[in-house]
Amino acid sequence: MNLDPKIPEGPLSQKWSNHKFNMRLVNPANRRKYNIIVVGSGLAGSSAAASLAEQGYNVSCFCYQDSPRRAHSIAAQGGINAAKNYQNDGDSIQRLFYDTIKGGDYRSREANVYRLAEVSSNIIDQCVAQGVPFAREYGGLLANRSFGGAQVSRTFYARGQTGQQLLLGAYSSLNRQIGAGKVKMYTRHEMLDLVLIHGHAKGIIVRNLITGKISRHAADCVVLASGGYGNVFYLSTNAQGCNVTATFRAFKRGAGFANPCFTQIHPTCIPVHGEDQAKLTLMSESLRNDGRVWVPKSKAVAEKIRSGILDPNSLAECDRDYYLERKYPSFGNLAPRDISSRSANEVCLEGRGVASTGLGVYLDFRDAISRDGEQVIRERYGNLFEMYNRITGEDPYCKPMMIFPAVHYTMGGLWVDYNLQSTIPGLFVAGEANFSDHGANRLGASALMQGLADGYFVIPYTVGNYLGELGISQAGFNDIKSEAFSSTESEVIKRLEDLISIKGTRSPRSFHKELGKIIWDHCGMERSRKSLEEAIQKLDKLKIDFEKDLRVVGHSKTLNAELERAGRVSDFIGFGQLMCRDALMREESCGGHFRKEYQTNEGEALRDDSKYAFVGVWEFLGDGEEPKMHKEPLCFENVQLGTRSYK
Amino acid sequence: MRLNLKIWRQESGQASGRFVDYMVENISHDSSFLEMLDTLNEELIKKNDLPVSFDHDCREGICGMCSLVINGEPHGPEKATTTCQLHMRHFRDGDTITIEPWRANAFPVVKDLVTDRSAFDSIMQAGGFITARTGSAVDANEIPIAKGIADKAMDAAACIGCGACVAACPNASAMLFTGAKVSHLNRLPQGKPEKERRSILMVSAMDKAGFGGCTNIGACESVCPKSINLDVISHLNRDYQGASMKRIFHF
Repeated sequence: MNLDPKIPEGPLSQKWSNHKFNMRLVNPANRRKYNIIVVGSGLAGSSAAASLAEQGYNVSCFCYQDSPRRAHSIAAQGGINAAKNYQNDGDSIQRLFYDTIKGGDYRSREANVYRLAEVSSNIIDQCVAQGVPFAREYGGLLANRSFGGAQVSRTFYARGQTGQQLLLGAYSSLNRQIGAGKVKMYTRHEMLDLVLIHGHAKGIIVRNLITGKISRHAADCVVLASGGYGNVFYLSTNAQGCNVTATFRAFKRGAGFANPCFTQIHPTCIPVHGEDQAKLTLMSESLRNDGRVWVPKSKAVAEKIRSGILDPNSLAECDRDYYLERKYPSFGNLAPRDISSRSANEVCLEGRGVASTGLGVYLDFRDAISRDGEQVIRERYGNLFEMYNRITGEDPYCKPMMIFPAVHYTMGGLWVDYNLQSTIPGLFVAGEANFSDHGANRLGASALMQGLADGYFVIPYTVGNYLGELGISQAGFNDIKSEAFSSTESEVIKRLEDLISIKGTRSPRSFHKELGKIIWDHCGMERSRKSLEEAIQKLDKLKIDFEKDLRVVGHSKTLNAELERAGRVSDFIGFGQLMCRDALMREESCGGHFRKEYQTNEGEALRDDSKYAFVGVWEFLGDGEEPKMHKEPLCFENVQLGTRSYK
Repeated sequence: MRLNLKIWRQESGQASGRFVDYMVENISHDSSFLEMLDTLNEELIKKNDLPVSFDHDCREGICGMCSLVINGEPHGPEKATTTCQLHMRHFRDGDTITIEPWRANAFPVVKDLVTDRSAFDSIMQAGGFITARTGSAVDANEIPIAKGIADKAMDAAACIGCGACVAACPNASAMLFTGAKVSHLNRLPQGKPEKERRSILMVSAMDKAGFGGCTNIGACESVCPKSINLDVISHLNRDYQGASMKRIFHF
C-alpha cells in the first residue's frame, strides 16, 4: 500500500501556495468535458460540488436524505474556528495550527493541519458573502466566542445553530449550480459500492431508496464526503441515517482506512432514558462555562437520589463531590472533552451516578444563578435549557441538569494524502469521512472548519490537478457497460438479495443495538487488551448470528427502511471489528483513545511517541482474512511533542 | 403507557390509502414520539408485517426531515416543537392518536407517512441564494451589518424546510417558507443586488410547483416549529410587488 503523503517541499507556511502553483490546471473550456461524482451533501460535499461546478465541471451529487439540506452537518451547534484575530488577542495561523496539533494529541500530519489553519479565514469570508447570518456586535462587525482547548477567542457562530447556517450557505451555492444545470442532484440515493477501472475510481453503484432501482454512475473521479461512523455505537449524537457504508465499501475496494479507533466522546449529552432510546442529544459544551459538575460523595446517597427519595438540592455542600474541580483545579469544569468524559464514566462506575439508570452526573447552575441572577443565565443558555426541558421534562433552573458522555465525532476515516486523495487514485475523501486533520482528538468548532476547508478550498484545486494529469484524451469517462460496472452491480444486487433471503427472526435494529453495546462496553471511553480481544470474539459471533437470523420484511423494489438499515448494520459489524483491531494494535493512550494499561499514576493518558507516532492504516485483504496494518510515520518538524496537562 | 394508533397506510403514490388501527403497549413517558413508532415497527416486524414508513433523521429538531400530522396538527400538539422532539409525556395512557402524512398537492405521498418535498428545493434552486463564487469574497468585516438586521435575518434563516406551514395551510401555500428565505437574503447588504430577481424567480417557482396562494390565515405561523413569523410574508409581498412594478414600468 502506497502511503506517500505527498507533502510539498518548502517551509510549512509556503507549502500550500507552492503546491497550488505547481499543480496542473485544466483549461476552462475543457472542464466541461469532465464528470465528477460527489457522494454526500453535508458541509464538505455541498461545498465541493458547488465549487467544482462553478469552475465548470459536470458534477453529480448524491445524498440519502430527501434534500441536500438535511445532511447532519446541520446539527452542529457551537461554531466554527478561524484565525482571523478580529479580537486582537494574539491569534494567528501558527497558533490555530499549534492548538489543533496539540488538541489532537500529536497524531495528525503537520502540513495538512497548517493548510487548514491557513484557509480558515477564507471560509468566514466566503460564508459571509453567501449571507450566513453570523452573530454580530453593535458596531456591525463579527462577534466571537471562546471554545475549549484554546486561549484565544476565534469561534464564529450563529446562535446555537452554526452548522445549520453554514450548511444552508453551502446548500444555497449548490442550489445555484443545480438551477444552472451544472450539478445533477440525486436525493434519496445511497451509494452501495465503488467501481474501479484499471485501479482508478471511476464510478459508483447506487440504490434509489424510493424505487429500489440499482443504477450505475460513471465519472472521471469520485469525491466521498459521506461523514463519520459514530453510529457504529448505535446510540450517538449522529442522525439516524449516518453510516459507514460508502467509506467501508471503498475500504473493501482497496482504500486504506486510517486510525478507526479514534472516536470522540462528548461529555455533555442528555443521559439515556431507557431501552427504546434511538438517539442521544448533545447539549453545547458552552454550558460548562457556568455549570458545575458533581455527584454525591457517597454511593448510598446516590442511590437515594436515583430512587427519588432524596432531592439533590437538599444535599449539603460537604456531601457533594465536584470531581473535575477537585482533580483539575486550574481547568476545573472546562477540562477537555476526553478527560471530562472519562471522569464522568469513572464516578458512575463507582456507583455514584445520579440518573435513574445510574449513568448520569449533575451539571448544576444553582451557584451561577445565585451569582448572576436567573435572567443572565436565561439569556446565555435559554434555548439549551428549553431543549433540555423538552426532552427530559425537567426544569434545569430549579433542578440540576443531568448529563452523560455520548459518541459525537469520529477522527478516523479513509487515509488521504496532502491532496485528499485516498490510496485509490481518483478517489478523494473530504470532511469527517477522511482522517486528515484532527489526530486523536478534535477541538470544538473545528469540524465545521475542516468540512468547509476541504470542500471550498482544497478539493477544487487537487481534483483539478488529478484531472489535468489524466489528460484531456481521457476526459468524459462514461462507459457504464464495462465489465467492472456490471460485476460490481451484480455484487450489490446479490448482497441485497442475500439480506432479504435470510428470513430469520431478528430485526436489523436489534442487531444494531447489540453491536452498539459491544462497541460501547469494550471499545468506548476506556479500552484494554482484554476488552478488545473479547469484543473481536463477540463481533465474530454477532456476524454469524446476523447472517443466520436477520429478518428483513418487505422487498427491495420499494422504499424499505429495514433493508437500508440491514445493509448499514452489516457494514458496521465488519467495521466494528476493524475498529477494535486498531484499538488493540495501538498500545498507548492518546486523545480519544484511552487504553487502561497505559496511564500515568494519576490516571492520565500515557502516549508513547517512540513507538506510536504514526498513522495506522488498514488494508483489506479479503473476506475472512485479517486486514493488514501499514504505517505512515508522523514527522514533527515545527512543533515539539509535549504532554497535555490540564491540572 | 398503552396507546391506540390510527395510522395512514399507503403502499405507494399510485395506490389508495386508508387508516389502520394499531395498539402499542409499555411505552415510556420519556420516549419520543418517533421512538414510540420505532417500538410499533419492531412489533410489526416480529409479526412479519410491514413496518410503517416515516421520514426522520437527526432527531434533534434541526434537519427538517420528520413530518407527521398528529391528531390533525402538523408536528403535534406542542408549540414550536418538531415531531422528533415531541415526547410521550404529553399524551395519556389509553389515548387514541391519529397519524397522517403532510397533505398537499405539491407534496405527493411516496409511501405511508413519507411525502416528496422536492418542490421546496425547486423554489430554492430558482433564487434562494446569493451569487458568491467560491474564492471571490472580500474580508468578512468589510461588510458591517447592524446587529438588528443580522438578528432579523437569522430569525428568518432558522427555517428548517420541514413543510409544516404548507401542511397546515388550507391553500397549501408555501409563502412562509419562501418568505423566510427572501426575508433572510433580501434584508442583508450582500443580498441586495439580486433582491428583485430573487423575489420574482422564487415566487414563480413556487406557483409552478403547485402551491396555493396566501389568504392571510396564519395557520403556518402557529405550527412552525421554529416560530417563523408572518412578517416574512409581508416582506416577500413588499419585495415582490416592488420588483413587479419595476418590471412593468422598466425602471
